[in-house]
Amino acid sequence: MEHYLSLLTKSVFIENMALAYFLGMCSFLAVSQRVKTAVGLGAAVVFVLAVTCPLNSLLYHGLLKEDSVLLTGYDLSFLNFLTFIGTIAAAVQIVEMTLEKYAPALYGALGVFLPLIAVNCAILGASLFMVDRDYHVVDSAVFGFGSGLGFAIAIVALAAIREKMHYSDVPPALRGLGITFIVTGLMAIGFMMFGGISL
Amino acid sequence: MAAKSKEILLDPLLNSNPIAVQVLGICSALAVTSKLETAIVMSIALTVVVALSNLSISLMREYIPSSIRIIVQLTVIASLVIITDQVLKAFVYDVAMQLAVFVGLIITNCIVMGRAEAFAMQNPPWPSFVDGVGNGLGYSLILISVGFVRELFGSGTVLGVTIMPLVTDGGWYTPNGLMVLSPAAFFLIGVAIWIMRTINPELVEEE
Repeated sequence: MEHYLSLLTKSVFIENMALAYFLGMCSFLAVSQRVKTAVGLGAAVVFVLAVTCPLNSLLYHGLLKEDSVLLTGYDLSFLNFLTFIGTIAAAVQIVEMTLEKYAPALYGALGVFLPLIAVNCAILGASLFMVDRDYHVVDSAVFGFGSGLGFAIAIVALAAIREKMHYSDVPPALRGLGITFIVTGLMAIGFMMFGGISL
Repeated sequence: MAAKSKEILLDPLLNSNPIAVQVLGICSALAVTSKLETAIVMSIALTVVVALSNLSISLMREYIPSSIRIIVQLTVIASLVIITDQVLKAFVYDVAMQLAVFVGLIITNCIVMGRAEAFAMQNPPWPSFVDGVGNGLGYSLILISVGFVRELFGSGTVLGVTIMPLVTDGGWYTPNGLMVLSPAAFFLIGVAIWIMRTINPELVEEE
């Protein structure tokens, strides 16, 4: 239990997807103008990461890695990228259709962001990290959920700062993207303090 | 035709730079730039992938049903990235290990998808190829400049060759610790955007 708790804390704060590894930056910068939309995207990322990470882990340990459970004597790990991105695209599609049918309210809130997520680097990144660090299935479920949560916290925080920034007098050439980069840099420095925690 | 190709090639370098203007492909730009060598290898890999994916998607553009185009594009891109990854592992193993997951992340690099969707789906193969090379070079321009500054000021070297001897090795330069940390990339790109938009005020965003 303690192992999972520390893995969760690590993936939410110390190894924050957005602010420590800079994954998912495109949507991080593009969809952080309003807190409300940021919350929607954050929730969608948590959801998709928590589903795809253990799924990819199952596929990797079951089929792709050298001497896997189902296929011995073959090393299919060069197919990792193609399989993972396929799983992610399919999972996003299934999640979208399920939500549309059974939870229309949630679908309305997340709808626009779901297709965007298929090409969010944070999602593929989490699956690749999972292979890199040799997480087993339960580990990667915890890791996926934690990474999503970390991303959500970071994007909501950035959106809140950007809403306040409307009242500031930013030099014209820095307005919008430029200042957002600098704010994100400062947030990343803030998050680096979690690096001092030893688990 | 030649003039148009030139325009397609050069436009993404400054006026519509993928990173600084179109806000595409930022993830990898930040993570791989603490050393110049990794930045250069990453730039080459991305330029090759985006040029070839634009070319192949443009060749197929009339046969792809629009409802499944995203998955077709992803498959083409993922296959090209697998090839790139294998080539890198075969010829520059050390750098490939340093880049680790970031080679794989070229698949979800928005530049590749963005250009496939915005340009290659509507244009013939040759202009699409040129557009891919141009955007790859625009990405490389930012990546290599950031990598150069970070390595020079962060550890006093360029491509591993000592330019400014460090105090710890008996030289005179005290390294700027911030530069080797990842947030430095944000500040440098932020400043780069500031400079580009001061030179070219048309790009300034309206609030």
